[in-house]
Amino acid sequence: MAVAAALNERPDARRYEANAATRESPWIRRLILGTALIFFALFLLMPLIAVFVEALRKGWFTYITALADPDALAAVRLTLLIAAIAVPLNLVFGVAAAWSIAKFEFRGKRFLTTLIDLPFSVSPVIAGLIFVLLFGAHGWFGAWLFERDIKIIFAVPELVLATVFVTFPFVARELIPLMEAQGREEEEAAVVLGANGFQILWRVTLPNIKWGLLYGVILCNARAMGEFGAVSVVSGHIRGLTNTLPLHVEILYNEYQFAAAFAVASLLALLALVTLGLKSLVEWKAAQHAATDA
Amino acid sequence: MTHPMPVPFGAAPRFAPIRQTRVLPGFPLALGYTLVYLSLMVLIPLSAVFIKSASLSWPEFWAIVSNPRVVATYRLSFGAALLAAAINAVFGLMLAWALVRYEFPGKKLIDALVDLPFALPTAVAGIALTALYAGNGWIGSLLEPLGIKVAFTPLGVLVALVFIGLPFVVRTVQPILEDLETELEEAAASLGASRRQTFTRVLLPVLLPALLTGFALAFARAVGEYGSVIFIAGNIPMVSEITPLIIITKLEQYDYVGATAVAVVMLIFSFIMLLAINLLQAWSAKRTGRNR
Repeated sequence: MAVAAALNERPDARRYEANAATRESPWIRRLILGTALIFFALFLLMPLIAVFVEALRKGWFTYITALADPDALAAVRLTLLIAAIAVPLNLVFGVAAAWSIAKFEFRGKRFLTTLIDLPFSVSPVIAGLIFVLLFGAHGWFGAWLFERDIKIIFAVPELVLATVFVTFPFVARELIPLMEAQGREEEEAAVVLGANGFQILWRVTLPNIKWGLLYGVILCNARAMGEFGAVSVVSGHIRGLTNTLPLHVEILYNEYQFAAAFAVASLLALLALVTLGLKSLVEWKAAQHAATDA
Repeated sequence: MTHPMPVPFGAAPRFAPIRQTRVLPGFPLALGYTLVYLSLMVLIPLSAVFIKSASLSWPEFWAIVSNPRVVATYRLSFGAALLAAAINAVFGLMLAWALVRYEFPGKKLIDALVDLPFALPTAVAGIALTALYAGNGWIGSLLEPLGIKVAFTPLGVLVALVFIGLPFVVRTVQPILEDLETELEEAAASLGASRRQTFTRVLLPVLLPALLTGFALAFARAVGEYGSVIFIAGNIPMVSEITPLIIITKLEQYDYVGATAVAVVMLIFSFIMLLAINLLQAWSAKRTGRNR
């Protein structure tokens, strides 16, 4: 959605401020801007700063020790592993879903789009619960899996499933509006010129949607690495084994190891900042791309 | 969108009509894969909640979901979420307005940081907000002398829900505001409308559907929120316990059926919100002539 939106150029705010019909009196302007900025600082900026201040409260040595702890490193590895499986799965799905929804007409299309968005409106706790119901000891497949000694609940497969569920719509909902806006003329031209399906996808469609795709992947990855509720339900909190980074933060925090908890949290906050930076970069690139095409 | 021939949703692609428009390859494969993956990952797992809860008789189900402790969590989860969404609607609109209409230093940075709640893991947000609003925190230590306790009270839940809901309102209102033609306001001004009249009679009606959509999105997200809330809430039964936490508590006691019954209540609410949001977006598209 955001990349599709970025294709419209953003008007300069000076345009409004120079126009008597669209500008407020100076004191109303000051009131709105001041309130907005105070609200922003209170609810967004200060929590972010607090993470880093609390992380370094006991000095760099404690900070580094918390991050170099074997359990923390195991959590980093597990978090990377889960994202490395869940994100490509949802990436392939996103391209397939966007291809069928944006390039073809069929009945029930809007309904399908709504179903794809469904995981966003389900509480993360319920996302975890459904996989416990399916694969837990008392779940539908629990006994069958237990007999065959296959561990899904309280193990990596379950963490991946829960993560796939909560990050399900990211890539698809980014690509659908973008590909709908682009239409299908270029692909149809490729068919006329004799390209096969794979060539169309690789040479025409993917280059056209690369920024939107990247944008979706960045958001999907951030959520996959940061998911807490769903993963918390299915993980069983086994240290060094089924603990992701957000769960490790919770464990440290509940053990009153605040500096260590915030140290690990600062790693995730850095990830969030990198995500936001990349996101702005991609939006800018997409707008530039659209400008040179036009 | 026109449908030349009625075909039931999910019918095998070979029965699909309008063959003549399908110049492009890969439709059966792409749609087939989409439907299978969607069913395996989302629809079948979700149906487990409803099938599991069907093992309960109606009185048993009602006894679980109307238990006083559970009802107290609905009151907090829904009440705080509603209030947080309302706060976000007011201040989110102001922030979106400032980002579109005014030039000020650091604007690009602030614009990018508005999405922080989407990118910051909820557990991190939770402990950061707790550190800020606890009695010895930067903000908490200012409020405590005034007799206002935020952390470990229902007010803390509200703060966390405002945090996670803010980008929904800003990001739905902002693009509509950017697309508004200045001619509208120029016409209003030339007809002698004051700035206040222009806002309430011209701008607000155009912005309202988007504002309500943002409100609904923030509300729906806040009701199910878990990670950012549990650290700051204090989780005292009947006072500051949220509905998702009740589900977890029941699961930890191996009360799967009880957890599922409460989950059904939340899921039904989610579906209603999803429907409402879709209707709001359609209304917004109609009023602004903009596609979603």
